Amino acid sequence: MATDTAPQPGLKALFLGFSAVGLSGFGGVLPFARRMLVDQRGWLSAEEFNSLLGLCQFLPGPNVINLSVVVGARYRGVAGSSAAVLGLLAGPLVIVLALAALYDRFGEWPAIQGMLRGIAAAGCGLLFATAWRMAAGVEEKPYLLPFAVIAFAAIAILRWPLPATMLGLLVLSAGVAYWRLQDAAAG
Amino acid sequence: MPLLADLFLQFALLFCVAFGGATALLPEMQRLVVEERHWLDQATFIHLYAIAQAAPGPNGLVVTLIGWEVAGLAGALVATLAMSLPMSVVIFLLFRHWERFRGQRWRQALQLGVAPLAVGLVFSSAALIGSGAGLGWGGWLIAAATVAGNLRAGCHPLWFIAAGAVAGVAGLV
Repeated sequence: MATDTAPQPGLKALFLGFSAVGLSGFGGVLPFARRMLVDQRGWLSAEEFNSLLGLCQFLPGPNVINLSVVVGARYRGVAGSSAAVLGLLAGPLVIVLALAALYDRFGEWPAIQGMLRGIAAAGCGLLFATAWRMAAGVEEKPYLLPFAVIAFAAIAILRWPLPATMLGLLVLSAGVAYWRLQDAAAG
Repeated sequence: MPLLADLFLQFALLFCVAFGGATALLPEMQRLVVEERHWLDQATFIHLYAIAQAAPGPNGLVVTLIGWEVAGLAGALVATLAMSLPMSVVIFLLFRHWERFRGQRWRQALQLGVAPLAVGLVFSSAALIGSGAGLGWGGWLIAAATVAGNLRAGCHPLWFIAAGAVAGVAGLV
């Protein structure tokens, strides 16, 4: 994949590159990850980024952490992955812990409670918007979107336990997707 | 079970099924942390979500805050490790094989099949935060304006968070 002219970032570069991503990513880190990896440093081509992102979004877990594992591993193995993930998390970790200490001290104040409620309101809207956009990207909508409704009913309304519910639904939805793909292949 | 071990195991298990990333896990985290273990009350859980939302970094850092409130600095570090480690190991072992399966139908089927489940989970998270935050009409107005503004105008999320914070301090939410 890497050519002779491709950059060969060391551990420090991986740490610093992902630090910049982590610290600039307000309300979603992925766009910043793309800019750093593809546009600024050229560690991945646009196609490589899309392909790896597909894997990282498909697998469970925090997508951006998954992505930094892959990029770090590609250039420097286990040490590279560790450097990338630590870079991504270290700065934001210190910031959220400082905010947590402030919250422990001042969280009872009505103005702070109001502020956090206001942020939660905006966060709720952002989650709806994200889910809506994700729904628009689902393929084979008539066959697969019902699984989104079922997952919502099972988790949000019935409060079924997530791990078993997800594995069960995944078997069903991937089964339907397999059948649709087979149908499409058969023409 | 010791508290830290319990914290680690529970979060590690959750992140192994976090289709759609950390935001998809909010309902399950709330159930675990608030309803089953009684580590936090509902209001604190929503507050921690808001703090994580307002801070830079991956959304998953809400578990760092939960860990902090449950067991201090050790809790924060253990929870962060539980969030990031298990799937990092899996993906480290897996990603080199991923390209080899490019044309395979089962790979495509899995990829297609996961997508709607993630949609359902993120909608669940939105519903949980909206209903759990005890929003007044002003809060719902901000949530609705955020949905419209983000989908239609594509404004940066930070503007809505700032607007929500200001309206909240002013007592309008």
